[in-house]
Amino acid sequence: MTALPPPSAKKLGLVIDLDTCVGCQACVTACKGWNDQGYGAPLSDQDAYGSEPCGTFLNRVHGYEVSPEAGPAEIVNFPRSCLHCEDAPCVTVCPTGASYKRAEDGIVLVNEDACIGCGLCAWACPYGARELDPSAGVMKKCTLCVDRIYNENLPEVDRVPACVRTCPTGARHFGDLGDPGSAVSRLVAERGGYDLMPGMGTKPVNKYLPPRKKGAAPEAPLSPLIDTPATGFAGWLDRLLEKI
Amino acid sequence: MHPAPSVIVFTVLSGAGFGLLAFLALGAVEVYGPAAFLLWGVGYGLTVAGLFVSAFHLGNPSRALRAFTQWRTSWLSREAWASAGALLLLAPVALAAVMGGRLPGHFGLVGAVACLIAVVSTAMIYAQLKTVPRWNHWTTPALFLAFAATSGAILSGQARIAALLCLALGGVLILAFRLGDGRFAAAGQTLTTATGLGQDGRVRQFAPAHTGPNYLTREMIHVVGRRHAMRLRVVAVIFASLLPFLGLLVLPPVLPVMAAVFAVHLLGAFVARWLFFAEAEHVVGLYYGQRQGGPGVRWV
Repeated sequence: MTALPPPSAKKLGLVIDLDTCVGCQACVTACKGWNDQGYGAPLSDQDAYGSEPCGTFLNRVHGYEVSPEAGPAEIVNFPRSCLHCEDAPCVTVCPTGASYKRAEDGIVLVNEDACIGCGLCAWACPYGARELDPSAGVMKKCTLCVDRIYNENLPEVDRVPACVRTCPTGARHFGDLGDPGSAVSRLVAERGGYDLMPGMGTKPVNKYLPPRKKGAAPEAPLSPLIDTPATGFAGWLDRLLEKI
Repeated sequence: MHPAPSVIVFTVLSGAGFGLLAFLALGAVEVYGPAAFLLWGVGYGLTVAGLFVSAFHLGNPSRALRAFTQWRTSWLSREAWASAGALLLLAPVALAAVMGGRLPGHFGLVGAVACLIAVVSTAMIYAQLKTVPRWNHWTTPALFLAFAATSGAILSGQARIAALLCLALGGVLILAFRLGDGRFAAAGQTLTTATGLGQDGRVRQFAPAHTGPNYLTREMIHVVGRRHAMRLRVVAVIFASLLPFLGLLVLPPVLPVMAAVFAVHLLGAFVARWLFFAEAEHVVGLYYGQRQGGPGVRWV
């Protein structure tokens, strides 16, 4: 049924630290790698080695430039994937019941056997979290690696989403955002984690941590050298050239 | 949004078909025998052809029957029920007319209501989307209803009603264009709300997440044709509304005239429906640098 379940106590999700993300795209690759095998239809590529490569991904990393009033501009790397919203509009629009939100942990999933590939759920998502796989003709989206996080065949350290496991800077955190005492909830509280497009009324579970305030930029180390008065032969040459 | 030909053909044809079926169901024209077969046949033909074409935009058309299951929450599912319901409910009415008889008015009335629900459901699929501010407005169901009613009135030969509906349609079209232009800004979504960055709005796309196209850019970040939007709007209003209105006003309501009027109206309807998609902007475009005057990548 594509009616949303009552809000679950457990809300599994990600917390993404925009301060530490270096934009290496490792999470993109790890996500694609893991979701090429196992759960659901593999994420396909079209014309992968040709002139117009194109493929299905569940996670994309954008780069934005933020210019403060004073000081140098800052580049912020911005990973974008499904936010497992509490009021997920992608679930209620689905005509077949393929798109659903799990009552037990809040993960938003697609039952690919029931998906007719109409694309309406992708239209309903403000975040561009869903991509229709052209090979399988079904909608693909982040599963929060549901086949890893509960998988007792994996070592415990690996029972987190592939993107979180692979992130070399620890910019991605996985946990229960419904539990105010969890590590991720405390992180959100400490760092002022926020929702994307709150005006859309989707109540995202995933939170983003803002880049930390940087101090004033230090003076460039070479700038004192620019005005050093030339002395000796160089000084004589300098004065001579001024006169010509 | 990507103006997919299958969806444009589907919504225009099935809308016109439901309009005609509704007029016939309400007994607007007294036709029996072969004439009834022809007229009801056109109604059923347009509707069924439209529904058939709609399957082409599905990734897995073989599972289309599953779309009947979620009528409690999904407008797409309600559209499936209302469409199938209208066609089934009107079958005895059509059959009776072809046989030269007539069923009590209630039969037709129920069928006409189902046609109305089908058209409104189709419109609500688009109007419900907060992510596409231009569509997320009452003008969307008004537009779909005006098109269905006008097409239905012309096809059923109701010259006077059709002329009035043509004028109303023109008004709704112009209103939808004008109000639609301010909808994205009114929705208040910007790259700052989308990313939470640059609270004073000083944020722009630096590097796109990918340099080639993907499903999102093809389906929702479609910018083709906006250059000619103004000219096409005028074409849509003239062909869908003004020319049919004048034709209905001055020419006698005979079959060849009505056919020609419908052909002109249909052309305008296709242009208007193409614009309906091509001009609609999805908020996900913000992540790709659209709507900020920055060096957004133009995907064609």
